[in-house]
Amino acid sequence: MHELILYSLIIGAGTGGELCVSRAMKCTGEVKDFRPRSLVEVISRALRVPWMWAGLTLMATAFFSLLAVLSRENVSLVVPVTALSYGTGALGGRLFLGEQVTPQRWAGVLLVCVGVAFVIIGRR
Amino acid sequence: MKSGDALRIKTYLLIAFMVIFGPLGNVLLGKGMRNMGPVSIATPTGLVDMLGRVLTSGTIWLGIGSLCTFFLAYMLVLTWADYSYVQPASAAAYAVVAVVAHFMLRETVTPMRWAGVILICLGVLVVGHTPPRTTEPS
Repeated sequence: MHELILYSLIIGAGTGGELCVSRAMKCTGEVKDFRPRSLVEVISRALRVPWMWAGLTLMATAFFSLLAVLSRENVSLVVPVTALSYGTGALGGRLFLGEQVTPQRWAGVLLVCVGVAFVIIGRR
Repeated sequence: MKSGDALRIKTYLLIAFMVIFGPLGNVLLGKGMRNMGPVSIATPTGLVDMLGRVLTSGTIWLGIGSLCTFFLAYMLVLTWADYSYVQPASAAAYAVVAVVAHFMLRETVTPMRWAGVILICLGVLVVGHTPPRTTEPS
């Protein structure tokens, strides 16, 4: 039961956090200059967007849950479980970020999900 | 070079960084955490105890460094590319790990796992043929 809660936090808080970070990064504008000084400016701009802090908080929750699970289970079992987030991620991209998730992209996401499930089963 | 091609190339490049440094960080973190034994975050004392042990482990710091590199690439690519594009495309990491395990570490990779790797690669190819950006640049 304890593990189930931690796995839910890894997937739910992890995906939610990534969606918030994605929204924050869209607010900062496309990066075209990759020199260190410009990158520092982009990161500092991103840190002034509230979505970034919401995302980082959720991702930190997922991260500490991951650490707690990793202390009990093998990394080869724990990390592939996060594959469940591909489905929720595509849905979140459509609903929360307004992205056009075409049938072709959904097909790709489905293939990735099934593939990762095979990798999990194949490792046991 | 057309702007669409440039967009794809820089997207592929940053996803390659994510595919390399993400799994590396996870493996290092897993190794570091297993070395320190079971921990609990159910109580504040347990959380503080875990933080204290985490901050004194070199392996965990290397893992954190790798994950920071991963996260920087991830943040940058998301300034122009769709999340629903980047997330499945970065699943190529699973395939890279299996190929490295088989050819460099001489580990046994089961047929089921190879089948999974092929499906992941197909999925990444299918997603890769969609436009990286479907929203208006801000």
